[in-house]
Formats: sequence, C-alpha cells, structure tokens
Amino acid sequence: MSEAFNISDLWFHPDFLVVAIGTILLGSGAALVGCFTFLRKRALVGDVVAHSILPGVCLAFLVSGSKNPLILLGGAVLTGWLSLLAIDWINRYSKLKPDTAIALVLSVFFGVGIMLLTTIQHSGNASQAGLDKFLFGKAASMTLEDVQVFGGISVLLIVIVALFFKEFKLISFNPDFARVIGLPVRFLEFLLATLTVLAVATGIQAVGVVLMAALLITPAAAARFWTHKLGKMIFLAIAFGAISGLSGSVISYSAPAMPTGPWVVMILSFLAIGSAFVAPQKGILARLWLQRDNQRKILTENILKAFFHLGERTSDYLVPYGTDQIQDVRSFSNSELQRGLRILQHKRLVNAREKRWTLTKSGLEEASRVVRLHRLWELYLNKHMRIEADHVHNDAEAIEHVITPEVEALLEKELGFPEQDPHSSNIPYYSEDGKRLTKKPRHE
Amino acid sequence: MNDLWIILSGSLVALCCSLLGCFLILRKMAMVGDAISHAVLPGIVIAYLFSGTREVLPMLIGAASLGVLTTLLIELFYKKARLQSDAAIGITFTWLFAIGIILISLFAGQVDLDQDCVLYGDIAYVPLDLWITGSNVNLGPRTVWIMGGTLILIGLYIRLGYKGLLITTFNSDYAAAIGISTAFWHYSLMSAVSLTTVVSFESVGAILVVAFLVVPPATAYLLTDRLDRMLWLSALFGIASAIGGYYLAYWIDSSIAGAMATVSGVLFFLVFLFAPGSGFFMRNRSRGKLSDVPNVH
Repeated sequence: MSEAFNISDLWFHPDFLVVAIGTILLGSGAALVGCFTFLRKRALVGDVVAHSILPGVCLAFLVSGSKNPLILLGGAVLTGWLSLLAIDWINRYSKLKPDTAIALVLSVFFGVGIMLLTTIQHSGNASQAGLDKFLFGKAASMTLEDVQVFGGISVLLIVIVALFFKEFKLISFNPDFARVIGLPVRFLEFLLATLTVLAVATGIQAVGVVLMAALLITPAAAARFWTHKLGKMIFLAIAFGAISGLSGSVISYSAPAMPTGPWVVMILSFLAIGSAFVAPQKGILARLWLQRDNQRKILTENILKAFFHLGERTSDYLVPYGTDQIQDVRSFSNSELQRGLRILQHKRLVNAREKRWTLTKSGLEEASRVVRLHRLWELYLNKHMRIEADHVHNDAEAIEHVITPEVEALLEKELGFPEQDPHSSNIPYYSEDGKRLTKKPRHE
Repeated sequence: MNDLWIILSGSLVALCCSLLGCFLILRKMAMVGDAISHAVLPGIVIAYLFSGTREVLPMLIGAASLGVLTTLLIELFYKKARLQSDAAIGITFTWLFAIGIILISLFAGQVDLDQDCVLYGDIAYVPLDLWITGSNVNLGPRTVWIMGGTLILIGLYIRLGYKGLLITTFNSDYAAAIGISTAFWHYSLMSAVSLTTVVSFESVGAILVVAFLVVPPATAYLLTDRLDRMLWLSALFGIASAIGGYYLAYWIDSSIAGAMATVSGVLFFLVFLFAPGSGFFMRNRSRGKLSDVPNVH
C-alpha cells in the first residue's frame, strides 16, 4: 500500500487482485446474511457479534498458541455465539430492555477482549503480532490464503441460504406462522445466527470491529428502498456489497495511506443515502413528488367545486367569475388560488378573460364529478352509517378526492341513483348544455 | 500517587457516564448512546485540525455538534426515509466513524490520534499529562480536572433538571400535555452524552464509554424501581468497577479500561444471577415457592 498505482495498471496487479477479490467476497457474503438480520429487525446484532468476537480470538490464541486462521475463527464463532445467547438470556430473565441488553453485552465482551488482547501484547510473545487485525481490519494485507478461506465461507453461506431460502424467508416475515405450520423455528434461528457469526468473523478482518455492522446492515437497507421482493433485495444487496468492496480496494490502492475498510463503508453509506432519496416509490423524493401531486389535486378539485357552488346559485355554470367571488364561496389564499387556476387553465378546465375565470365544458364535467362524489358520500354516511346530516360534511370533504370510478358506481347503485343529498342539494349527474345537471342516467 | 490519579480519573469517568446512562437506558436509548460515542470521532478530528491542539473547548464544540448531528441523522433516516430504527442507528454511526478514520488517515501528520487510542483509550497515561500553571505550580493531571469539571456540570444538570428528565423519561405524553418540552430534554441529554463521551475519549476510548454508560445503570436497574436509588446505585457500581478494574489490570498487566469494563460486566452478571426478587436464581426459588401452594382444583 506504500506506493501509488495507476488505475489502469491496477487490474493486472496480483496484490490488488487478491485484495479486491477478497473484499468483494466479504462484502457480498455479509450483505447476503445481512438481508435476513435486517428484515428480522436485528440489524444491530451484527454489531454485537463483531465486538464479541475479539475475546474468542484472544482466547483461541492463548489456548492454542497459534495464529492458524481456522483456530482463531473457531474461537471467534464461539464467543460470537455466546454473546447472542447472553442477549437472549438477559431479555428473557430480566426487565432490561432489548437495546440495553445489546449495548451491555457488546461493551462487556469487547472490554474482556481488549483486556485479553493487551495482556497478550504485554506478555512479549512475538508471535502475537497481527491479532489486532481483528480490531481494525487489514484488508490491504490480505493474502491468497485468506481469500481462499473467505471464498470457501462465502460459498458456504450462499449454499445454506439457497437450501433454506423458503424457511428463512418465512421466519423473517412471519415467525409465528412458521411455528404454527411446524417449521423448526429455533433450529432455523440457530442456523441463521451461525451464518451471521461466520459472516462477521470473516468480514471483520477486512473492516474492523466498529465498521463490521455497516457491512451487514447498510447494503440490505439500501436494497430495501428499491424493491418489495426478497429475491431482488438479496440480489441488489450483494451487488451493493460487491461494488463497494471493489471501489474501496481501488481507492486504497490508488491513493496510498487510504484505509480500505472505512472507504468500503463510506461508499456503502453513499449508496444507501442515495437510494433513500432517489428510489422509486419508497424514496424520499418520490414520496415528496407524490405528496405534491396530491396537494395539487386537492387544491384544483376544491377550486372546481367553488365554481360549481357559484353556478348553482344561478343555475348557469358557465359564467365568468372574479377571484374575489371564488374566495367568497371558499377561503383560498391569493397565491394558492392563482396557482390552482393556472394549473386548471393549463389542463383546459377553465378559461381566463380579463382577470375573470370561466369553467369550460370539460371543467364543468370534472366539477360536477367532484361535487357528485361529495354528495353521494354524505348521503351514504347518512343513510347507511346513520350519521346525522350535519356531521357528514367534513368526512366527505376528505374522501371526495380519492373515490375511484368503481367505488362511485357502487355507491350510486347502493343508493339507487339518488337525486338529492342529506342537505337537499341536487346530486349532479351529467350535463348536456351546461344548465340541467340533475338527471338520472338512463342505464339502470 | 500515580495509582491514585488513575483510579480517581477512572472513577470520575465512571460517575459521569453511569449517572447519564440511567436516563439513556430508561429511555430505551442505550444504542443511541453507543452511536454517539462512535460518531463524535470526526468531530474530534475536525476540531484537532482547526485548533491544532488538544485544547478542550474546540474538541467539545466539535464533538457536541457531531453528537447532535448523529441524533438528527438517525431521525432523518427513521422518519423521512422510514428505515427501521435499529438500521437507522447502525448506518449513521458506522458512516460517521468511517469518516473519522478516513480523516485521521488523511491528516495523519497533523492529527495526534491513533486508532488504538480511539477504540480503547489510554488511561495509564493520565498522570503524565500534568497541568502546570504559569508560575510552575503542579496542579496534578489535566484529565482529572477536566473530568471533575464535567462531573460538576452533569451533577448540576441532573440536580436542576431532575423533574424535567424524570417526567419526559417516564411519560412523555403527559410531559407534553403539561407544557414540558420533550425536545429540550432530549437534545440536552444528547449533548450531555456527547460531552461526556468526548472528555472520556482519551482515557477510556469510544467503546468502553458505552460500557460505563450502560452496564452500571443496568445493574442498578435490576435492584430497584426508583430513579433516585437507581442513580446512587449506578454511581456506586461505576466506582466499584473503576477501582476493581484498576487492580485487575495491574494484576494481569492489561489495558486498564478493558479491565474496568470486564469488572463492570462481572458485577452485572452477579446481580443478574442473585438480585433479590428478580435475579436468575432467586426468581426460580420464588417460582418454586408458588408451586408449593396446594392445587385448588
């Protein structure tokens, strides 16, 4: 890592290839398992396991005296597992809240780990050097042997998830149902927890204790913004994990002194934040857009209704009105009325001439549709829900904007194509000449 | 003498953390405390870069603003992006911590901070950093003075704000109804946690602050249901862990902060097993007694 590489030469550099492949494997393996911990709302479990691995690694070293990756991994898995059990016990046998249990187990296990690690370091045992890669991660110094181990574990994770995909899916979304239909839920949870511990114990060597949680949670969270399907979500999460693993290694190789792990997490976080904003449907922007559309719809429909109410006074609906007259019927602020009228004009539902506004034919049709929905709903509440006539207006005011044509047809049929609402106002059906609006439709 | 200084500063850290921690765990915000303790790192690094020294004030400002930023980000993810709360916490603090580490590597020459220190501190060096006045009077280690000042601030905050903290902790709806600002107490508590974290940072590091924030209060909570007693007990367990930890570390030649966290964990485990009424064994015993009652059917 001491010398900078040109990006185009990078791809042929064996050291870089080892690190890049290793980081990609770790990133995608963790992302795969992370999807399930995320969906089971145990996102921070990865954090606990990451911290709890340290004492196991140190113990394994103390007992065996060797740094064989498999022995250290064994110790790591053992204490990682123990920490999950400890959380379970504390939750079951004390009044402490789950988040307290998590923070408690995490910090105590880590404290023990630090204590053991420093004892080993102070003991002057020369072979201990390198144990601290479990603390901070040393992605850049990965060897081919490491990559083989990671590769093996990633394949194992993929195979087990593929074998138990249906069962894992069920215990992620509906554990009660899984229990009822007789799935061995406790065994499956055990299996899933073991996978988590395995993914963490390997991934931690690349990014370190603190950042390991990100490798599990962040890809899953980012993927969740894009889809409702578990299969797609896993696919996306793995892609995010792999992309950030690759770009993290590229950055740390092209800019010397840049740590790999933090950059992997940095890129993952940007992917997640980007997804949070731009994802269709669930993204923040998409929801703001939808909100704006809804507000526009409500505003313009209310203005149309005001035109209709003005027209009802004279039984002539296609007469021009000034904004002050519209504001007499219903209170709009000047700016929102102007905005709404402009939208309506653009949709050719109103015409403007000399600062006075007239409904067009299609505007009248739309206005009478909204008024019809309002009055039908009032009548429905009054007749079928037995709500007093003076209590139904506000409810109708809200629902008139969302009733679909299908519901409208049902209401009409249910109420027998009524002529009048509970306040004895006529229910407008359709218009031929812009004047006569109350007529039963002929198709009955 | 050095032993005493180390034990004293350890106890001061433990006291500050264990008092504030009571409110954190009662508010179900233990993991938020964890997140803040990690996320202040970039704040500390940026403060170093701007001020060029280890002066306390810029670091406090940097860390406190990052602490508040953390809570805001978590809320943004949680409310605006509708992410579940645990994932919101996890993403936020790992991101900020990664930024902190990257900043440290980027300005390695200018920032006198290393990763070991960030994670588990170096309380053993406390007696070396002495506060010597202009007229060459030795006032003892600086850390002890800083921690002492923090403890006084936190003590005052809890003493004066006891009622507000109590009501917003246990019944925030009621608090809002009688006109107590829940947001004020929320953010002031978060600022107090960031403050404590940053002054404890150098001596015990990011992760062991969490041990002191959570373990003594949790131990105390197992023994009582009253907030005032819980605060006293928590302070007691905190000091006991600090003293016990020091001697354990001395005995096995290890990191003092790690040993302190270990001792606090051991204390918790003992209380968890043997607490009267609610302990693991005691509970089984009382259950046994219940089953002795003759079956009425």
